Amino acid sequence: MSGNCIADRNGYYGRFGGAYVPEILHKCVTDLQDAYRSIIDSEAFRKEYHELLRDYVGRPSPLYHARRMSAKYGCRLYLKREDLNHTGAHKINNTVGQILMARRMGKTRIIAETGAGQHGVATATVCALMGMRCEIFMGKTDVERQHTNVERMRMLGAEVHPVTTGNMTLSDACSEAIRDWCSHPKDTFYIVGSTMGPHPYPDIVARMQSVISEEIRWQLKEKTGRDYPDYLIACVGGGSNSAGTMYHYADDMRVRMILAEAGGCGIGSGRTAATVHCGTEGILHGARTLVMQTPDGQIEEAFSISAGLDYPGIGPMHAHMVSEGRVKVMAVNDDEAVRAGYELTRLEGIIPALESAHALAVLPKMKFSPDDVVVLTVSGRGDKDVCTYLANRSMAGEYGDF
Amino acid sequence: MFAERGERKLLSVYFCAGCPVAGNTGEVLKALQGRGVDMVEVGVPFSAPLADGPVIQHAASVSLKNGTTLNGILSELYEVRAEITVPVVIMCYLNVILRHGLERFFMRCVDCGVSGVIIPDLPLADYLASVKPLADKYGVSVIMMITPETDDERIRLIDNNTESFIYMVSCAGTTGARDSFDGSATEYFRHVESLGLKNPCMTGFGISNRQTLDSARQYSAGAIIGSRFVTLLNECGDAEKAADALYQTLGL
Repeated sequence: MSGNCIADRNGYYGRFGGAYVPEILHKCVTDLQDAYRSIIDSEAFRKEYHELLRDYVGRPSPLYHARRMSAKYGCRLYLKREDLNHTGAHKINNTVGQILMARRMGKTRIIAETGAGQHGVATATVCALMGMRCEIFMGKTDVERQHTNVERMRMLGAEVHPVTTGNMTLSDACSEAIRDWCSHPKDTFYIVGSTMGPHPYPDIVARMQSVISEEIRWQLKEKTGRDYPDYLIACVGGGSNSAGTMYHYADDMRVRMILAEAGGCGIGSGRTAATVHCGTEGILHGARTLVMQTPDGQIEEAFSISAGLDYPGIGPMHAHMVSEGRVKVMAVNDDEAVRAGYELTRLEGIIPALESAHALAVLPKMKFSPDDVVVLTVSGRGDKDVCTYLANRSMAGEYGDF
Repeated sequence: MFAERGERKLLSVYFCAGCPVAGNTGEVLKALQGRGVDMVEVGVPFSAPLADGPVIQHAASVSLKNGTTLNGILSELYEVRAEITVPVVIMCYLNVILRHGLERFFMRCVDCGVSGVIIPDLPLADYLASVKPLADKYGVSVIMMITPETDDERIRLIDNNTESFIYMVSCAGTTGARDSFDGSATEYFRHVESLGLKNPCMTGFGISNRQTLDSARQYSAGAIIGSRFVTLLNECGDAEKAADALYQTLGL
């Protein structure tokens, strides 16, 4: 299995990770630490989880050979279509698994944070499926810019709490969800949406999303005759879809891995979410990781056109892989992402989520050989972002003229 | 402080430095000392305070807008150290301390006359492995919290590895005023009292009036008041008036 992707007993990836939580959560976190592996590894759980992934989520998600994009970028580009999952993103792979865990641990109330709303919708969806009470914390700024997802969550029966502290985005929603958990440690299960938070969450989320690279392996074998790509490309905010994309390849040095973080208005602009470029080691939301912070140790506000990448930290697993030189992280600015989203729309007829558009914007920055097999994860679909795409048509270059 | 108190119950008061106005650390300390509180907790503002409710979160964000830094607070404490006799404890989240430098932080605590530190997101394992050796070296107490979720074995581990006092969090949740404690809270206070710990316990979170104060004092060495005083300080503007108002609220 993949050493780079596996946390040690205390939840550390190298020097990153751990569980830095207030004492009130100590028991919740250790109970989960003690229980999660035996649940995930049990035959009954695996059976139920994989049946739901197949029959409810619609997995496997296709691995699609994007011929026109391949021609344009001079490589063999395959898109891992997480956008075709039920609810429209990779997020549901994880929520299906975590709600099964919650049920096995006897919890009756589910909470979650959300940025773009994809994780919130995926959580509200599985709560409806399992008949469990669901409360979602979402920054007020995001409630306004991702209105459709808010309505979906409400329709699914979830209560959405707009968070009005700080920048009113994902980071503040995480803090508020953790505070709620502090207040209801007995009955509440916190379904974390990304590879962040205290141990064991980064490991749980990475394992739940690892179905992505598990499928890539056999799908590539079928399509190309070999089970590994030359390049893997994904976007990274907290890190869940990239963790799933890299999981089974983390220690396979034949595979080069490129992640796109949100540059916002540019890494030198002060309006950015490029944690790897602008961050330093710190503690955020229960984990030691790379964090965008001031010289005085205050967490800086992140900025990105994409609500799902608008986070001043990155998962500890990713921080470790960056420090080991295992992954290369590129900063993709808002305008580059918007243009790349339009390009996929026009060349392949796929409107990607703005988050996934950041991964696509890596392509023009690369120099491929024609035989290179490139797998890029389209983490979600762009329906939620249509208004933002239209409002920023001026960033789309030749594709914006319609 | 704890040895000298006899049967008298103690009162500790928290405020967030730099709220409502910048540079108020010395003034508030002196006002609380003048009013006779037994200990003051100086809160260092943090941008992602996971253990705090809305009142202290808001105070922290006001303070940060006012330009407050850990460095600045320590300098203010240094300036008034000759006038301060009341024990001073700093409450600060781990990230801010690590950024400052752990050893440098403890050295400066000594220079500034700070006797203890509360770090709400410091895990016990990290305390034992990396923080305690430095705290011991400089003679600064690190105060650990226990909550209704903390089991007896862990309470004893904390008791055996800390000096001064244990911060007993009254109930599940974040900081913030509550009108009364329910039966399970008093049952928990009684249970902790029955453990016969070597350290005294101070009860905090949710103490806002005579009723909650009395429950806290009945089963522990004293009470810690935070959000209520932060609110009064915002309302009164003046630290002495806020201290008077607090004593009135508590019926003292």
